[in-house]
Amino acid sequence: MSKPAIATTSLAGCFGCHMSILDIDARILELIDLVDFDKSPIDDIKRFSRTCKVGLVEGGCCNEENVEVLREFRRHCEILVSLGDCAIMGGIPAMRNMVPLEECLDEAYRSGPTVYNPSGEIPGDPEIPLLLNKVYPAHEVVKIDYHLPGCPPPAETIWQALVALLEGRPLDLPYELIKYD
Amino acid sequence: MNETSTRRIVIEPVTRVEGHGKVTILLDEQQQVRQARLHIVEFRGFERFIQGRPFWEAPVLVQRLCGICPVSHHLAAAKAMDRIVGVDRLSPTAEKMRRLMHYGQIFQSHALHFFHLVSPDLLFGFDADPTVRNIVGVARKFPELAKQGVLMRKFGQEVIRATAGKKIHGTGAIPGGVNKNLSIAERDALLEEAEPMLEWSLAALKIARDYTLEHQSELADFAAFPSSHMCLVRPDGGLDLYDGRLRAIDADGEVIFDQLDDQRYSEQIVEEVRSWSYMKFPFIRDLGPEKGWYRVGPLSRMSACESIETPEAEKARREFIDFAGGRPSTLSMAYHWARMIELLHAYEKVIELLDDPDLQGDELLLRGERREEAVGIIEAPRGTLIHHYRVNADDQITMANLIVSTTHNNEPMNRAVTGVARRYLSGATITEGLLNRVEVAIRAYDPCLSCATHAMGQMPLVVTLVGPDGEVIDRRSRP
Repeated sequence: MSKPAIATTSLAGCFGCHMSILDIDARILELIDLVDFDKSPIDDIKRFSRTCKVGLVEGGCCNEENVEVLREFRRHCEILVSLGDCAIMGGIPAMRNMVPLEECLDEAYRSGPTVYNPSGEIPGDPEIPLLLNKVYPAHEVVKIDYHLPGCPPPAETIWQALVALLEGRPLDLPYELIKYD
Repeated sequence: MNETSTRRIVIEPVTRVEGHGKVTILLDEQQQVRQARLHIVEFRGFERFIQGRPFWEAPVLVQRLCGICPVSHHLAAAKAMDRIVGVDRLSPTAEKMRRLMHYGQIFQSHALHFFHLVSPDLLFGFDADPTVRNIVGVARKFPELAKQGVLMRKFGQEVIRATAGKKIHGTGAIPGGVNKNLSIAERDALLEEAEPMLEWSLAALKIARDYTLEHQSELADFAAFPSSHMCLVRPDGGLDLYDGRLRAIDADGEVIFDQLDDQRYSEQIVEEVRSWSYMKFPFIRDLGPEKGWYRVGPLSRMSACESIETPEAEKARREFIDFAGGRPSTLSMAYHWARMIELLHAYEKVIELLDDPDLQGDELLLRGERREEAVGIIEAPRGTLIHHYRVNADDQITMANLIVSTTHNNEPMNRAVTGVARRYLSGATITEGLLNRVEVAIRAYDPCLSCATHAMGQMPLVVTLVGPDGEVIDRRSRP
């Protein structure tokens, strides 16, 4: 029987949640015996090759590309998990929701103290994706099955959740592993 | 093709990629490579949305730019805020706790990059099957090495936890000092875990060194080019990753500026905006955007510093300098060797600090006369990291300027990709070999595209070939 697959992605996150996955340390070597990593930055596989048992999503959606990738994850994952505060509620990147996007771009590309921009042009080449007006949590874009809070969620939380989901057990994490910070 | 239809092509699922980084190769009339562009496709807006927040939040808030080296942002922001609260010199306990945190960070970040990301390229070769050429492949074929890599990263993370309270996005540094010292129990646990790290660090250094020496002629023709370099140095020109003054040298090793007070960085550094990337292009003001670009990070630090204070790393640095013929190295791929010298240095500094009784001191926090504006600069794993803030009388941040390590390397990474494209593009088709080499060249810089656009990034997933009229000739991405 082939091993179950898992997939991970970082949208408008900082990769801290992925680093927390790696903080399971030596158990990562155990994990790669239990599952195949499908599409994931950890193994550099960029396209889904099959249906995955579990998908872990770090970060909310700040541009059209994030939305596209998140929808692709929903299509290819039986269980989709919002991993960490950015996926769950937008997190720190969603602080820009309090400010018009134009002002954020203006600060970065026109009025900052070391900006050199004689034309005053803001990056907008067709090769770079359109920014969304706001940063959206994952569950406002697709259905999300589980939420693991924390910034990032502790490695132990990720490990226990992942093992339970892969074994088809209900997610029943002890109180100490649910952290909000 | 008008702009609207062009934009639609880019977002079609077939051509779309997971994002964060992609490459376009532009051809001229003779089908020769005119330029290659590494597009950084994410934008966060930290500089603006942090305005209005209380200044003491900056070290914990801004580190959320990047979960790969959050300590760097944590400390750069804290260094700026030290000055805001009027502290130019921390208590010995506070400074040493911060340094310990930083060297732990350098150790974990360099180990992560070398073992998890780069070792597959070096061990399997650039053209190996991408489904094998990854950390899972390394774990299967070289289990002992993979285990060492995992445990080395873990050691760095444990140092961070002991100093910052948490492995990722900790809270140890606060304006004017730190919020904890190191207990004897924490110290002893780290010393015990440190036991095999020297041997493993030397072994990793040997892999990177031997690889560079064995592939010398090949690498001289692979993304190699002369450039200026910038980093912080001590007053005597020695390496210091936590604090110092700015030095820049040109491709011949001649000084462009030296011992520049970090508070005055903006006299020398400016950033050009280009329409095709959210990441700006820094350059040295007087030299202009054409000639003023430079590299930062391990290669630059090894090229621009005059000594390293720890013995094993100094020995390794001298060998590196001899290899480069006493001049700044031109090889993008020599970053790996330089990075492993710093891994060794970070280990030596961690051990030296753990033996220092100042870490058990209880003077954690100082205060002075409040200031309105300050700069904090640190040598992060990937290079010079600049944070600059203004704070009003109500303690609110009114201006933030962040120039992160990977941004300094924007022009060099584009040049590296252009070099690879010129060398390996034949005809008008993007081959698997070219795709691999583009990735390997960019990876040498350990780009944290997350930091750079104040967003996260990965390897470019799609390479597009564009003719002189703007038509797309070929497009290829990793399956």
